[in-house]
Amino acid sequence: MYQYTDFDRQFIRNRAAQYRDQLQRNLRGELSDDEFRPLRLQNGWYVQRYAPMLRVAVPYGEISSRQLRVLARIAREFDQPSAEVYAAAVTTQARLGTTHLPVGYGHFTTRQNVQFNWIPLDKSADVMDLLATADLHGIQTSGNCIRNITSDALAGIAPDEAIDPRPYAEIMRQWSTLHPEFAFLPRKFKIAITGAQEDRAAIAWHDVGLRVLKNAAGEVGFKVLAGGGMGRTPVIATLIREFLPWNQVLNYLEAVVRVYNRFGRRDNLYKARIKILIKAEGQRFIDEVEAEFADILAHDGAAHAIPAAELARVSKHFHPPAQVEQEQSAMDSVATEVAPKDAAAYKRWLAQNVHAHKNPALRAVTLSFKRLGFAPGDATAEQLNAAADLADQFSAGEARVTHEQNLLLPWVRAADLPALWYAATALGVAKANIGLLTDMITCPGGDLCSLANARSIPLAEAITERYQDLDELFDIGPIDLHISGCMNSCGHHHTGHIGVLGVDKDGREWYQISLGGSDGSTLSGDAVPSKVIGPSFAASEVLDVVEALIDTYRTQRLAGENFITSVRRLGLEPFKAAANAVRHETREGGQVLHVHLDTANIATD
Amino acid sequence: MSNTLTLIAASAADKRATGINVLQVGNDVDPRTLNLDGIERIELHFPKFTDGRAYSQAYLLRRRLGFKGDLRATGDVLVDEVLQMQRSGFSSAVLRADQNLAHAQAQLTRFASFYQGDASHPAPLFASPVAATSATPTPAGATA
Repeated sequence: MYQYTDFDRQFIRNRAAQYRDQLQRNLRGELSDDEFRPLRLQNGWYVQRYAPMLRVAVPYGEISSRQLRVLARIAREFDQPSAEVYAAAVTTQARLGTTHLPVGYGHFTTRQNVQFNWIPLDKSADVMDLLATADLHGIQTSGNCIRNITSDALAGIAPDEAIDPRPYAEIMRQWSTLHPEFAFLPRKFKIAITGAQEDRAAIAWHDVGLRVLKNAAGEVGFKVLAGGGMGRTPVIATLIREFLPWNQVLNYLEAVVRVYNRFGRRDNLYKARIKILIKAEGQRFIDEVEAEFADILAHDGAAHAIPAAELARVSKHFHPPAQVEQEQSAMDSVATEVAPKDAAAYKRWLAQNVHAHKNPALRAVTLSFKRLGFAPGDATAEQLNAAADLADQFSAGEARVTHEQNLLLPWVRAADLPALWYAATALGVAKANIGLLTDMITCPGGDLCSLANARSIPLAEAITERYQDLDELFDIGPIDLHISGCMNSCGHHHTGHIGVLGVDKDGREWYQISLGGSDGSTLSGDAVPSKVIGPSFAASEVLDVVEALIDTYRTQRLAGENFITSVRRLGLEPFKAAANAVRHETREGGQVLHVHLDTANIATD
Repeated sequence: MSNTLTLIAASAADKRATGINVLQVGNDVDPRTLNLDGIERIELHFPKFTDGRAYSQAYLLRRRLGFKGDLRATGDVLVDEVLQMQRSGFSSAVLRADQNLAHAQAQLTRFASFYQGDASHPAPLFASPVAATSATPTPAGATA
């Protein structure tokens, strides 16, 4: 993985010092909260329902064991609210029915970052300094700027990959970091990149989606999509460039973002994303970008054309780790055998959580952070430390944060799988549910987030509890269940085969259920937003609705047909009817959410 | 990085500059449509500090159109944005009345250099002759 240079290190130290100065001026009253807000956001600091939230950047999801240990330390030492803050949170949430609010943990996000929920703001500069000791920061994880670039969790190791996207992602990370012209765009700007056949990065759902490939002539370049996004108006990205030579990607991105900065709407927050501009302008947008790109090349000297030497320099960082390249490895191979009593469970784990690798001697292994007793994607300080140990022991010290809110070990030797399975089982992260119903994507929701209309975590918990039986999960098969607590769509409900969206009706928690969404994967088909199946349901009905949808599928499926294929074949009607049959609440049935819907803060998501 | 932005306190701003040819340009104007003949100063306005259109306008005026005169930021000009202004091609900035000139000055030299090229230093880090791009093994402390 990428190793920081002296420049990189000095740069984030300077950034941490800059942030400390800004925080101190804010605390002294010299920098108003409104003027501090975009500055803290561009360092990853939100102010949420009860406490600040920190989003730490994990560029394209790659993280080292050393970094995981620093995150563990932040969870243990800093993700701790004052007694006053915690008491207020617990008391308010208890009125809604949330009985337990954990502290001291990190949370894996759909954009491959890590979040903390309880760090007091006056400690935030100390946390930035600590992060910097492990080459970590929160730069541009929020704000109306170019955000952390995401990629395929199997980047560089997937057998179906044509070109490793990580060197390009790193070069784009550097280019976009503190870009002076693009710090105050109309709205946030998210880039995703993949180099594989299978789209595991949902590129059509991003402001810019890049697919790195070879053309017929064998030249490397990018297929460029733009204008995808979720939120209130789900839009699938438009193809704006069939083939862009690899060395021009920064110049081309500069053209795209400059045109967006110039023409993107600033009068209405909900219409400010680039998707709205592209939808409105169509070919005119593409023409503007091409003209700007041509001017950058012809008049500005194409300053950001990437030299082959630079690509080579960065690519060296992404060679497979030396340990795993050696046949007789320096990594201790633990010759563990699986006991006969464990064989069935182990086999399931192999089938579901272990993935093929470019190197036939290796495997990629997903550690499941979707388990009973924890919100999806949550990891305590102890679990982060233990995951770091697993990465050291089994994966050359490297892990990946996945888009589905799990942790993946990319360099596991096939011979070590039994030992890893036992270790992961002991840690509680070996549940063989990857890609299955309980491997759901869930936002933090109304327990933590000030934007939420409704809570997400209690629903996820109820569904996890209901579907503990692996036989049943395997019978249901692959399915994407996505839960968002509001229209901002952090839980990606638009791409769920089953999507759940929290809505606010008269200050009560209700949930809209939708069906048939796709992130663009082979399983799910071309990217498409899910369709709402009818009026929203009360919180107490949602588990029954999910069950009714699953049961409808199980009774009506053809042999070997998975859920999403059945939905496409049968249409929404049978599912609608089954869901409506479980309605029992009146309009008064939802829980009242106190002090919610802080819409003033909506620009921060 | 070198300090090329002249910071001006609001009270000292020569709002009615006499004797020089000043052009005030709105945020929705395409700089490429302007006649810059004889123009000595262009003022680009920040209606709110979070409205970043003037950064792109400044970049185009400096780099694309080769404007050599004074490029001045006016309006909601705050301490923490002057560094971006300098890098985008502005040569002067009139701070909002309540802003601290010394604090603003300190921001201009906070970083030695940056990854990407900009209006004042067009070459990105990877193209600079002494690119500080040598990798050092982690953890920090090893010499390059």
